[in-house]
Amino acid sequence: MKVTLTVNGTEYARDVEPRLLLIHLLRDELGLTGSHWGCDTSNCGACVVWLDDTPVKSCTVLAVMADGRRVLTVEGLANGASLDPVQQGFAQCHGLQCGFCTPGMMLTARWLLNNNPHPSPYQVREAISGQVCRCTGYENIVKAVLWAAEYEAAEHGAAEHGAGG
Amino acid sequence: MQVPAQVEYERAGSVEHALTLLARYGPAARVLAGGHSLIPMMKLRLAQPEVLIDINGITDLCYINLTGTQLRIGTLTRHAQLLESSVAGEHFAILHDAERVIADPIVRNWGTVGGSLCQADPSEDLSAAFAAMKGTMIIHGPDGSREVSAREFHAGPYETVVGSSELLTEIRLPIRPGGGSGYRKVSRRAGDWPVVAAGAALLLDGDVITDAGIGLTAVGATHFAAAEAEGFLRGRTATPQTLARAGQIAAENCRPVSDQRGPADYKRHLACELTTRVLGVAVARARGLTT
Repeated sequence: MKVTLTVNGTEYARDVEPRLLLIHLLRDELGLTGSHWGCDTSNCGACVVWLDDTPVKSCTVLAVMADGRRVLTVEGLANGASLDPVQQGFAQCHGLQCGFCTPGMMLTARWLLNNNPHPSPYQVREAISGQVCRCTGYENIVKAVLWAAEYEAAEHGAAEHGAGG
Repeated sequence: MQVPAQVEYERAGSVEHALTLLARYGPAARVLAGGHSLIPMMKLRLAQPEVLIDINGITDLCYINLTGTQLRIGTLTRHAQLLESSVAGEHFAILHDAERVIADPIVRNWGTVGGSLCQADPSEDLSAAFAAMKGTMIIHGPDGSREVSAREFHAGPYETVVGSSELLTEIRLPIRPGGGSGYRKVSRRAGDWPVVAAGAALLLDGDVITDAGIGLTAVGATHFAAAEAEGFLRGRTATPQTLARAGQIAAENCRPVSDQRGPADYKRHLACELTTRVLGVAVARARGLTT
């Protein structure tokens, strides 16, 4: 079955079996291996990508369900050479150890901050509650997300100040 | 690696189109909404439909409306949308209580209300919530639509009364003044299925309970309801002793089984305790107190 979807701003068309999962389309057909294939049971969140405007677990979405939709993966998070503040936060705060959960964590974090620019630590924990870090490095993941929130607030403040001055 | 078996795929653009496809393929087809129950079942080959009929394109089925004295929820409403809906939370705190503890935020983005109900998992949360609220399901079929009480919707574990040529389209909840509701759940970890969960929707006239709805999930309660406890409460004054007795009656009349989530006697204890607590929450909310 023919599917056409836009991944990280690039349109792709592929002929796929209806049973193909979105995670396997991304990794095996499109070569975008940043999204990880973890538990396969919707529990671990390593496969989280955005489908249109919200994160989903791509091991539980058929590729055909993404037909005509937009997908954002970790490969599309940076703006050219400039890392997204969430990515910078993970680097600054040692938000990853083995890195397997990191792409999914960052995509959920980006979604959280878009909807709630000033989350509490509890709200960060709640947002990532469907994702597992098997290194148990949650403390630093929460710190990384909060770092990104503060960074963006400061940037926003500087922009406002600049505009006012 | 878990992969569904080979399957055909059709996309429905409207309710009528979905019904046409359902009529064409019959019991070999399954409706695909969010897919967050069905796709895992297909991976495990516990479900093996020959055809999937994807209704995600029927955006007309995605709504939460206040109509006269009812709240109407479209079958394709995502869990996240129900959780974000202020009109739903204002009239039925039980809905927000329940949605906060259904799966996790990412699953809630795509999982749907109708999909959860039609999956009919015996541990499903919304089935108990809608049983407590005494909702009505609207089912469309080749001969038009019919209404089914939430308490007649389930035919057994993983079975509903929705026929192979029919589609659940809407859930209706009666809004009545003097009402208060809540939902309480115990699970082993964040996002998990309940060990036990209880929902309550009460109607108060002063201190007297004029109508009671109690939903229980994961404990084998008939139609996800605690009918005996409801009967006990009706007409009684809402005292802590009365609510505790109702909790005991609810626990005595359910049929939990021992499994990996806990032994039956522990679940029965939880059924009593959670029912008692959630009745207290519902009473407080009916009186306008914040809980």
